[in-house]
Amino acid sequence: DTSLAEVNSLSPSMPISPSSMINQYKYEDEPELRDLFITVDDPESHITAIETFITYRVVTKTSRGEFDSSEYEVRRRYQDFLWLKNKLEEAHPTLIIPPLPEKFIMKGMVERFSDEFIETRRNALHKFLNRIADHPTLTFNEDFKIFLTAQAWELSSHKKQGPGFLSRMGQTVRAVASSVRGGFKNRPEIFTEMNNYMETFSQKINVLDKIAHRIYKEEREYFNEMKEYGPIHTLWSASEEDIADSLKGVASCIDKCCKATEKRMAGLTENLLPILHEYVLYSEILMGVLKRRDQIQGELDSKADALANKKTENDLFLEEIGKLEDKVECANNALKADWDRWKRNMQCDMRSAFTNVAENNLHYYEECLATWESFLASQTVDLHVEEDSEDRP
Amino acid sequence: MEDCLAKKMEITVSEAEKRTGRNAMNMQETYTAYLIETRAVESQGEGQCAPVDSLWRRYSEFELLRNYLSVTYPHIVVPPLPEKRADFVWHKLSADNMDPDFVERRRIGLENFLLRVASHPVLCQDKIFYSFLTQEGGWKEVVNETGFQLKADSRLKALNATFRVKNPDKRFTELKHYSDELQSVISHLLRVRARVADRLYGVYKVHGNYGRVFSEWSAIEKEMGDGLQSAGHHMDVYAASIDDILEEEEHYADQLKEYLFYAEALRAVCRKHELMQYDLEMAAQDLTSKKQQCEELATGTVRTFSLKGMTSKLFGQETPEQREAKIKVLEEQIEEGEEQLKSKNLESRDFVKSAWADIERFKEQKNHDLKEALISYAVMQISMCKKGIQVWTNAKECFSKM
Repeated sequence: DTSLAEVNSLSPSMPISPSSMINQYKYEDEPELRDLFITVDDPESHITAIETFITYRVVTKTSRGEFDSSEYEVRRRYQDFLWLKNKLEEAHPTLIIPPLPEKFIMKGMVERFSDEFIETRRNALHKFLNRIADHPTLTFNEDFKIFLTAQAWELSSHKKQGPGFLSRMGQTVRAVASSVRGGFKNRPEIFTEMNNYMETFSQKINVLDKIAHRIYKEEREYFNEMKEYGPIHTLWSASEEDIADSLKGVASCIDKCCKATEKRMAGLTENLLPILHEYVLYSEILMGVLKRRDQIQGELDSKADALANKKTENDLFLEEIGKLEDKVECANNALKADWDRWKRNMQCDMRSAFTNVAENNLHYYEECLATWESFLASQTVDLHVEEDSEDRP
Repeated sequence: MEDCLAKKMEITVSEAEKRTGRNAMNMQETYTAYLIETRAVESQGEGQCAPVDSLWRRYSEFELLRNYLSVTYPHIVVPPLPEKRADFVWHKLSADNMDPDFVERRRIGLENFLLRVASHPVLCQDKIFYSFLTQEGGWKEVVNETGFQLKADSRLKALNATFRVKNPDKRFTELKHYSDELQSVISHLLRVRARVADRLYGVYKVHGNYGRVFSEWSAIEKEMGDGLQSAGHHMDVYAASIDDILEEEEHYADQLKEYLFYAEALRAVCRKHELMQYDLEMAAQDLTSKKQQCEELATGTVRTFSLKGMTSKLFGQETPEQREAKIKVLEEQIEEGEEQLKSKNLESRDFVKSAWADIERFKEQKNHDLKEALISYAVMQISMCKKGIQVWTNAKECFSKM
């Protein structure tokens, strides 16, 4: 039972507000109390004069009062997901927004609209929405609700309402500019620790991602060779009499092990590879979140410096600083809470992903063992029969 | 089998040593010498061990022995030598003849060869073989003195016979076909097996990378650290386990290789039969044509067109005395020819009988050995699976504690 363990693992040095604690308890540790269920499926191709794109069906089932209905079905394309992510980042700059799959894969032969690519993307989009739904704060975000419920034209018109493209650009520019300047002068120790952690984590997770891909590649090459290996024994059995059965038996074992290898490979692509990839993206997201926190801190610091230098105590100025101080405190608390949550989820995800890998390998070896053991039994039975028949007069 | 040398004498090729020496052209060369140890087996088992005799031989001497046996006993499927050069290698295996693993596997192969010869009902009684095992110096001279090289049929002659023989024994034709198939399928199998081994090696070794990364990652994790670290250790164990597994598999490959080379020995017996049959057919044909010539000369009728016949018509016939002389010569030749044909026929029938007996013996040996090899392959796979289950069970436990 993980629920109690997770609550108790909270470090006493990082106070969490009671309300967020209740939310966490509610949405992650007790899935029965979940009241928002989302699935992403049914990719469909759309061809217009200008472009070809894919839409996915998003089905939402909920018992929440804020929702007019208890069930929704909408179709969304990748652009829409990207819009949602940006809106969430805007609204909550120091919260950890779940990763979106990349726009398109540069490396490798995966064609933009291949079945494999679409399925991988669908799965990632499904996880994206569910992680938002599980997040104590983000789950109540208005844009999120609109994303889940609005019909296509409603969404378009809502998108147009928000701050325009130019203002978003401005924000990005400012963010880049201010990240160069400040934020780490008065940075609390804890965020420096987070930064150091993230630097190492980012390195390690990238290497792990590469290793996992390499393993997949080696397994696939092994599978390809095994496909050829079994049939040779069958071919040989055609020229033999006495040992034909043994040869066919070996061929059959090799073929079965070959299939088992295929299952093992599938396990990797379904589980470990996507998770490692998500955490590679997460490490980038977290570095971004830490930068934004620094930047918010930077705004406060520069204003506070200005106050110290000018020595004018303008009421309006003081009010501004007060607001900034609040902003910083909010941002810091939000990040701290979300960080703890992220770490716990990361631990959980990694544990389950690697345990799953171990299980897949166990199944693989157990299946192969059973195959070869039954072959061996059949061969030794024959030997005993031969020996018996020799003894008879 | 009671007379078999293998029952009376313990034979091992116990060591291999690198040597340098001067070759026939007085150039320095490096080669490997193998120590052959022999000891008489006490039939009563009284507990008294006879002393061990030993001598060193190099690969070329083994080759000489085998050539001698092949020429001297053409009706026997002579056991093959292990490969001269490393073949069917996968990337980790060295193709170098001096590589210690190759030398070790060759040592085992040479021992196997000697045991095969020593347990063969016919070959084990050969004196040259016995002196190979026991006579330290001058053995090469003794072999060459037998003059066996003169008895050897030329390859060209044998090839010629293959294409021209009219009535080979069907069993030998089938056997030749079988040995071709056997050679082809075992080569193919060994090639793919080497590739599979290569890939399997890759899969295991890449897992070793987990060990290092998990260890580095565990340094920044409080709760996950222990689980990661110990899981990493198991991944290292997993990666290391493939070396022994594949080394064992090489012995299986060597067992198959022996029969790949046996296919060549089978073909040699078939070729010998074809050669003898061809010889027989040529002799019979020659006899028939001589008889015909004789008849023509005696009766004066010319049945077949010949240039000689034409020229004699144009330039005048022979005198009766000349014709008499010719007939006499031919009659002598025919008598000789009939004797030769009789003995060739006998030779051929004997050959077929004894060859076929050895082939039956070989077939039984082959079926037994290959079945055992396949069983041992299954045993190896089972062992590999069990090791895998152990490692991943341990790893799973560590991961679940993360």
